[in-house]
Amino acid sequence: MNSFTFTQAPAVAAAVQDNLAHEDAAYIGGGTNLLDLMKENVARPTHLIGLKKTGLAAIESLPDGGLRLGALATNADTAWHPDVEKRYPLLSQAVLAGASPQLRNMATDGGNLMQRTRCYYFYDLATPCNKREPGSGCSAIGGYNRIHAILGTSESCIATHPSDMCVALAALAATVRVSGPHGERTIAFGDFHRLPGDAPERDNTLEPGELITGLDLPAKGFEKNYSYLKLRDRTSYAFALVSVAAALELDGDTIKDARLALGGVAHKPWRDPAAEALLIGQPATADTFRRAAAQVLEGAQGYGHNTFKIELARRAIVRALKQATEMTQRTDDNAFLNSNP
Amino acid sequence: MTLQTDYIGKPTNRVDGPAKVLGTAKYAAEFNVPNLLYGYVVSSPITKGNITKIDAAPVLALPGVHRVFSHENVPSLAWFDRSYKDDVAPGGSPFRPLHSAEIKFSQQPVALVVADTFELARYAASILHIEYEEEAHETELAKHLDEAYQPGKGKTGYQPPKSRGNFGRGWAQGVAHMEGQYSHHAQHHNPMEMFASTVEWLGDKKLNVYDKTQGAFNSQQYIMKVFGLSKEQARVVSKYTGGGFGSGLRPQYQLFMAVLAALELERSVRVSLTRQQMFSFGHRPETLQHVALAAAADGSLTGINHVAVAETSQFEDFTENVVGWSGTLYDCKNVQLDYRLAKLDVFTPLDMRAPGAATGSIGLEIAMDEMAYAAGLDPLEFRIRNYSDFDQAQNLPYSSKNLRACYREGAAKFGWERRDPRPGSMRDGNLLVGWGMGGGIWDAQKQPAQAQASLDADGHLTVSSGSNDIGTGTYTIMTQIAAESLGLPLEAVTFVLGDTELPEAPVQGGSWTAASIGTAVQEACAALGEELLKQAQKMDHAAFKGVKIDDVQFANGQMRLRTDLTQAVVLRDLVQASGQPKIEAKNAKLPGLIDMVKPPKYSMHAHNAVFAEVKVDPDLGTVHVTRVVNAVAAGRIVNPKTARSQVLGSVVWGISMALMEESVMDHRFGRFMNHNYAEYHIPVNADIHDIDVIFVHEEDAEVNPLGIKGLGEVGLLGVAAAVCNAIYHATGKRVRDLPVTIDKLL
Ligand SMILES: Cc1cc2nc3c(=O)[nH]c(=O)nc-3n(C[C@H](O)[C@H](O)[C@H](O)COP(=O)(O)OP(=O)(O)OC[C@H]3O[C@@H](n4cnc5c(N)ncnc54)[C@H](O)[C@@H]3O)c2cc1C
Ligand code: SF4
Repeated sequence: MNSFTFTQAPAVAAAVQDNLAHEDAAYIGGGTNLLDLMKENVARPTHLIGLKKTGLAAIESLPDGGLRLGALATNADTAWHPDVEKRYPLLSQAVLAGASPQLRNMATDGGNLMQRTRCYYFYDLATPCNKREPGSGCSAIGGYNRIHAILGTSESCIATHPSDMCVALAALAATVRVSGPHGERTIAFGDFHRLPGDAPERDNTLEPGELITGLDLPAKGFEKNYSYLKLRDRTSYAFALVSVAAALELDGDTIKDARLALGGVAHKPWRDPAAEALLIGQPATADTFRRAAAQVLEGAQGYGHNTFKIELARRAIVRALKQATEMTQRTDDNAFLNSNP
Repeated sequence: MTLQTDYIGKPTNRVDGPAKVLGTAKYAAEFNVPNLLYGYVVSSPITKGNITKIDAAPVLALPGVHRVFSHENVPSLAWFDRSYKDDVAPGGSPFRPLHSAEIKFSQQPVALVVADTFELARYAASILHIEYEEEAHETELAKHLDEAYQPGKGKTGYQPPKSRGNFGRGWAQGVAHMEGQYSHHAQHHNPMEMFASTVEWLGDKKLNVYDKTQGAFNSQQYIMKVFGLSKEQARVVSKYTGGGFGSGLRPQYQLFMAVLAALELERSVRVSLTRQQMFSFGHRPETLQHVALAAAADGSLTGINHVAVAETSQFEDFTENVVGWSGTLYDCKNVQLDYRLAKLDVFTPLDMRAPGAATGSIGLEIAMDEMAYAAGLDPLEFRIRNYSDFDQAQNLPYSSKNLRACYREGAAKFGWERRDPRPGSMRDGNLLVGWGMGGGIWDAQKQPAQAQASLDADGHLTVSSGSNDIGTGTYTIMTQIAAESLGLPLEAVTFVLGDTELPEAPVQGGSWTAASIGTAVQEACAALGEELLKQAQKMDHAAFKGVKIDDVQFANGQMRLRTDLTQAVVLRDLVQASGQPKIEAKNAKLPGLIDMVKPPKYSMHAHNAVFAEVKVDPDLGTVHVTRVVNAVAAGRIVNPKTARSQVLGSVVWGISMALMEESVMDHRFGRFMNHNYAEYHIPVNADIHDIDVIFVHEEDAEVNPLGIKGLGEVGLLGVAAAVCNAIYHATGKRVRDLPVTIDKLL
């Protein structure tokens, strides 16, 4: 870790100004990812800009019936906010499926979008990594890639975006609010994170100096038929091998509207409109779900250690849609508890 | 011998609990001695080759940086290998930090940057420019099986496994057979507390060393030999250890680094390792096993063949007993055992909780399950039919063995008789249910140790021994044993450990501490009792005239005549009357070599039986271990509360071995890649459900006067196998390569 200066920005505009005034500045939210990256010398900002005083921690209703999450709202406050729990339980469950209570108490919603991949090589300076050092090569290809992507990969990077929260935000079609040197703008959630292509060093479409100020959730929250299913190497405190955010609007047995997004499988939360289209208008049956799963995984590619994710994702999609239909909303497969044969 | 049981055998809270909860218990990196400098270790990014250049100038130019130590400027130290050999060193030539330009393993420490602050040292280390010339390395065990060799008898007591009978004949005699290959990968101890040493410079090469270790004397010996220090110059203190599991059995390189820097700079220095660097030294070695079993029509084993190949470093032969247990645990005439090592470009492996046995019991106990199925027998019934009542490997009777009770009581508690043996036959809703079992055997060991007991004029007893408490409960049980021995309330007893100024004790390992230090404490208290009796007799206490020590008892803070309990003297009064501030005594001198090589008369072992239930999602491959019953026969249980903790921890550990734990190496780099707590998975609370611990009754007058066998390790045995066997029972899938992760069950 190198030495750095720190200022607590009094307001959004001042934060942006401060960022432009320094060469290697970084915003800091809860610091749960950034500080680790700095300790490992993966990130070496020379100036940190604190955001706690920028007034961005509120969660408030929008006139159109939606909900605005301030970028500085913590993951914990978001998950347990009454409006989120009631109207966007998919989001609440996804957030609670991530990290640990201590981390969620610190982590901010803005930081969650911006967290970097957990690729082992990205974190280890002794190994080549295009994302960390463009042009050095991708060690995960041909290496240990158990946690890596099966969709939307490129020859230069097969990393995943590790967030759970973002998978729900993708499914719910949130909008990212941004403030930057050229004023404010909004970014549709699906356009926020990038695929690696030949520039894996860029995780998203934020421009230099831009600050996330909030997230807008549309009025439609799928509060009845939803499921966030997360599969991982232990029951808590592990990143998703595969996760599925499924949200349905049902009319009797018929699917009126559907959302389907996956985590742990791509460089961005993977929402598939074509798969959603295969669900809409169809009966909510296992066959329908399987067709949607096949659509999502068409073109999926394994790299050895992670090839199992293709089959796992297929099964997880079917299970999540089933759970959404049956309203057995679960973040994982904890159904086994407290019973003996 | 009957012991009074005011304290021994009663569940007792940890006496060091308040200090730990209140944060007054200080660990090696928490001693903030004045004028402290901080060292940060630079680790090699390559696995094999040479350092060709170190450019320290820019780092040294930073204000506040004091020195960069490397092989280029380390003063001449001890030359012979033996100086670098610690008590636990295996055969070979120990790694010497900063000794030469040669790189022998990934993350080898190559330099130490010492600065005014930790932050500065860390930053300086990150910009230290080092150039390497890389050579091809070999880290893949599977590619080196052909070169595997049988290690020779080591000075540290390694005994090659003994075969007996004729396996080929036994195999031919069998009507049912099985063969299987089993494997697990490297695992790292990963105690919560990272390795650290704070070396306080007291002038004149006199050092106080606060070290994270499982043996203060081992660390002391090491630095004395390497740096040419006297005992007085090298005091080592280690009062609290934030987990060891074997990782602290050998002095780690931060100790060398911190002492080197302190001596050279004549300043106090602290060196602590990072979590990533915790993956840079000893680990449970990757081991490949082959087991073949044959059984007769009545289910009796006619042949056992157990072969293991494990990794070791290029410079030392790390050995452990992986296959030997297979010649003891079950009754069988024809046993063929083989254990080999293959040299790789890695750091030397290191004992890790139940070393060898934890590994071997995976192979043997999964194989026993497979054999039970092949023979059409219930796995428990199969084991009972092959129960060993006599140790055929050592040709000795057992001093005691109540594994039968483990089977009986464990099975009853678990409800084993309700098991439908057919794989996939039991369900809970959508989930597959599996019941599996396993078990194991571990040495009941005892090492020579010294202790001192001292009673002051307030009637407070202080007992000391330079042992260690790695969280096992040593402080507590020694307090119990001492209080019991001299009939004092627990509050009137303090046990002191972890300091080379105290009477000498062995490293804390092998589950021998309770037996070894416990015996020393009991003896020291008995010796003090004699001193107290002498004092009473000096005082012309008529009742105690001519009385022998066996004629008195200690209770309620008094010494009393057994024949007339009203004839009593308060211990405190004896000290006061002596005119001395205290009366003290030590146990007898450490036994000489002659005593130690006396042939044993008994085979002394602890045993356990484990029953596990898993629930498996048939579509998603997720496994949950919903119930475990672990029944342990380990002699006298001094403190059922801390003992239970040991076994609970063992069960969690076994679940971890079965389902999660693996240090994953990328062989292209020869480097462990998941080197942090986020990616090196061990269970979290949500993974752990019901665990029942049973201690079956077992009396043993032969192991030691207290009848203690030790249980820091035995509880781990068979847990991973029981979980794997339960998974087979649930799913019909036999996974022989651990850990059993989701992908292996899809
Ligand atoms: C051990 C561990 C386990 C975890 N497990 C999970 C898990 O299972 N699932 C999961 O989803 N997450 C998990 N996390 C990740 C955690 O959710 C993220 O670290 C957290 O959300 C990041 O938020 P933060 O506020 O702490 O970000 P910071 O660490 O403060 O910042 C992260 C990045 O975002 C930038 N940034 C922060 N705020 C803004 C803003 N407003 N505008 C623009 N840029 C900004 C920073 O400059 C930095 O680059 C885990 C983390 C750890 C350490
Ligand atoms: S997958 Fe991406 S992050 Fe990982 S090594 Fe390759 S380039 Fe780096």
